[in-house]
Amino acid sequence: MNWIIWVGAILVLIILFMIFRIGNLVDLVKGKKDEEFSISWNNFNAYLFLGFMFFGLIFFFWYSITYFADYDPPVASIHGKITDDLFWLTMWVTVIAFSIIFMVMFWFTFTYRYDKTRKAEFFADNTKLEILWTVVPAVVLTVLVIQGLVAWSDITSPASKDAVVVEMVGQQFLWTARYPGTKDNELGKHNYKMIDASNEFGLDLSDKNSYDDFKSLELHIPVNKEILMKIRAKDVLHSVFLPHFRVKMDAVPGVQTHFKFTATKTTAQMREELNNPNFNYEMACTEVCGRGHFSMKFPVVVDSEEDYKKWLSSQESWLKQNPEYLKYVPAELKEVAMIKAGIPLDNSATVQTAAIK
Amino acid sequence: MATIDVHHHIETHEHDDHGHEHHHGNFWTNYIFSEDHKVIAKQFLLTGMAWALIGGVLSVLFRLQLGFPEANLSWLKPILGGWLTADGKIDPDFYLALVTMHGTIMVFFVLTAGLSGTFSNFLIPLQIGARDMASGFMNMLSYWFFFLSSVIMFVSLFLSTGPAAGGWVIYPPLSALPQAIPGSGLGMTLWLVSMALFIVSSLLGSINYITTVINLRTVGMSFTKLPLTIWAFFLTAVIGILSFPVLFAAALLLIFDRSFGTSFYLSDIYINGVALPNQGGSPILFQHLFWFLGHPEVYIVLLPALGITSEIIATNSRKPIFGYKAMVGSMLGIAILSFVVWAHHMFVTGMNPFLGSVFTLLTLIIAVPSAVKIFNYVTTLWKGNIRFTPAMLFSIGLVSFFLTGGITGLFLGNSAVDIQLHDTYFVVAHFHLVMGSASFFGMMAGVYHWFPKMFGRMMDEKLGYLHFWLTFIGVYLVFFPMHYIGIAGFPRRYYSWTAFETFSGFADLNMLVSIAAILTLAAQFVFLFNFIYHIFRGKPAPANPWNATTLEWTTPRLPGHGNWPGEIPTVYRWPYDYSKPGSKEDFIPQHIPFSETPESNLPHENDQIKLDLGGAGVGGDKH
Repeated sequence: MNWIIWVGAILVLIILFMIFRIGNLVDLVKGKKDEEFSISWNNFNAYLFLGFMFFGLIFFFWYSITYFADYDPPVASIHGKITDDLFWLTMWVTVIAFSIIFMVMFWFTFTYRYDKTRKAEFFADNTKLEILWTVVPAVVLTVLVIQGLVAWSDITSPASKDAVVVEMVGQQFLWTARYPGTKDNELGKHNYKMIDASNEFGLDLSDKNSYDDFKSLELHIPVNKEILMKIRAKDVLHSVFLPHFRVKMDAVPGVQTHFKFTATKTTAQMREELNNPNFNYEMACTEVCGRGHFSMKFPVVVDSEEDYKKWLSSQESWLKQNPEYLKYVPAELKEVAMIKAGIPLDNSATVQTAAIK
Repeated sequence: MATIDVHHHIETHEHDDHGHEHHHGNFWTNYIFSEDHKVIAKQFLLTGMAWALIGGVLSVLFRLQLGFPEANLSWLKPILGGWLTADGKIDPDFYLALVTMHGTIMVFFVLTAGLSGTFSNFLIPLQIGARDMASGFMNMLSYWFFFLSSVIMFVSLFLSTGPAAGGWVIYPPLSALPQAIPGSGLGMTLWLVSMALFIVSSLLGSINYITTVINLRTVGMSFTKLPLTIWAFFLTAVIGILSFPVLFAAALLLIFDRSFGTSFYLSDIYINGVALPNQGGSPILFQHLFWFLGHPEVYIVLLPALGITSEIIATNSRKPIFGYKAMVGSMLGIAILSFVVWAHHMFVTGMNPFLGSVFTLLTLIIAVPSAVKIFNYVTTLWKGNIRFTPAMLFSIGLVSFFLTGGITGLFLGNSAVDIQLHDTYFVVAHFHLVMGSASFFGMMAGVYHWFPKMFGRMMDEKLGYLHFWLTFIGVYLVFFPMHYIGIAGFPRRYYSWTAFETFSGFADLNMLVSIAAILTLAAQFVFLFNFIYHIFRGKPAPANPWNATTLEWTTPRLPGHGNWPGEIPTVYRWPYDYSKPGSKEDFIPQHIPFSETPESNLPHENDQIKLDLGGAGVGGDKH
């Protein structure tokens, strides 16, 4: 079968070449080759540009107005609303500027197409015009820059003290979330040299704050509360991307990054609003990190205040799930560790013997 | 293929100031290790075209995966072999290698070497009135370093572990750790070696361009009489000299990290069950160094294309370029500002947010000179007498892409808006239009415009029109829909989007993009045929086919080594005396003295005649 396709393709090429040759010969016979310049082809190109401009602009506006909603992920964070507004302001400015210049340019190429009887205007410069179109973009840009900088400095300002802290850890090719726990509300220290198959976070168990930290394979956050997301990576660069919250920040090995935001709609509210009972918030990776880059999905749930509390209290500390790690806890802190981790104290003897075994 | 030029050796050498005496070498010295700038330019062009084809084919391969994720590609088995999975899909590692090599090839090998290498080499001596480059030998070395670099990059495509695959920006740690991705093994080593040689080539070329423009201009060719092409090539070379060494440094440190256990970019890494000993390095440092080249690189790619366009639009509008000084000024502004905007690629990398504010401000400032350029192009068309040669079509196409792609920079340059759009297809759409397609169109415009000078023959105009319209519409169909996909949040460098509900709704649009990409690539074969066929069978070119004013059209049909058989012409006027009131012809070449054109002279030009006759020779800077 394959050779038929090849033969067919070669035949098509030969036919195309023959058409080209015949066209050339016909031109030659008509004496066209000596004619310096073909006015009909020139007009043809001018008309095509004009048609392209009209058709292109009409199609662009029609398609954008009709279908834009499909491409606009619903926004569910406070700063996301602000950056979306800024996006739309920029959109209006650029669409207006684009349309005007686009129309003017292709109108010119059409109107001023070659005409033997006309001579072009010797118009080499005009200071007033040039100042005008230096100043106008500069002013418009200033407006955009100022708004952008105000929003940016607000978004990147330090989080408030009572923000809910969550740590996102990226690795090839999955995310894990660590919560500071319910007892001390502080993330424990970590050290990448302590990472092993169970201790994925590299929890430093000499730090008291680490005992009640817990791991989650779903990001749960309360609605209408400031979230401070601390971000790090274990191996290569990753990037936290929460499209509905307009959040993006790289995860960098050796450097802690962070992003603060406030979700404004619970998952349930969003499902209702979109009329889509299957809607889920998602987190993706947006910094190329290897083979599985495209599959680093992490489910996100925005809970109401009560639901979040309920979920929080149902979580077990990491240490409770991995009691054998108690052996790494300094002896004088063992009791504190067990209390914080929620391990019943009377079990300690058995746990210790198990660890020793 | 470069073998049909230089049939005509120089007949007379009365004023061969630069001592090029070896005109009768053998095949090797004439066509392979040639020191003639025109031959070297053709070498760059042909190598660049070969790379463009490879880069284009790679992009179609990954577009097949994105547009037709369910398709069985087993028929590609003879070419891709083990890079196809058992069910006939492209391997995800290979997908990343494809996007990486597509980027590297297009940015460096096609649009830097293929564009600057071709046209700076070809046009600088011809347009400023010089017999050759300041150093023909360095110029030859420049090509052969590029060739060597090309060979190494090409070889890396065939490694069993694949070529580099961490994105063309090769961010460590991914690029530093072979255990993170197979492409970071030997493929990455070859990438770094190849790029080091490439940088050597680029620097040798740039030093030559700058020296030649400063020192070898013919009598009367003051800086204010330089065609805008030369201004563009000159500034491009300056940018290259200042920024490429920084990439070299970045690559060198990466080589140390990869091979000698240093920790410039590595810290706190636990991978494949092992905690690496490296501590104290910062991956963000690499990004700063990379983008210190990476952003100016955008303008290294773009400025020559803009220069070529300025020349072609003025010539084919039969009008002076509007605002010559503003054009030079805006290029200068862009050249300077291009060095202080690099971190707008890094707003969400964890860099200090205050830096984000500074770079937002500087980035949006650079939009002003870019806007000025667009307005000046449009005004040049106004009341022109426009001839749509294929070169002119591609130049107008460039302005259209520069506008369409440039304007979305206002979104991305604004750090707050960039949070959502960063690393999505919106960025892909933006830079493919403003930098990729615009520069590619500049290159095509240049080929169509100077083909008669390069090969002494004419290309077929109708095939040129066909090539243009297919490519112009094709490029818009490929890249315009990407804005929508990007606004929807679809991230770059994704092998597949089906894992996410949020991104899975655009299969139809992705399919359209892929079909358009295949057609656009197919259209390039129209060009290839037109190009190769007419090198040999084209109609012999007249001396000045486009009625242009610049000096290259005063050379013989096929200029030999030394370019002008006799004396180099003296320059009396700026290069844009098109449709001057009073003049019979609608163009007056640069070498025509004002004393021969009393009917069209402006008052200050009449004064100039006295100076010229008085033997001052060098014209004043009246334009």
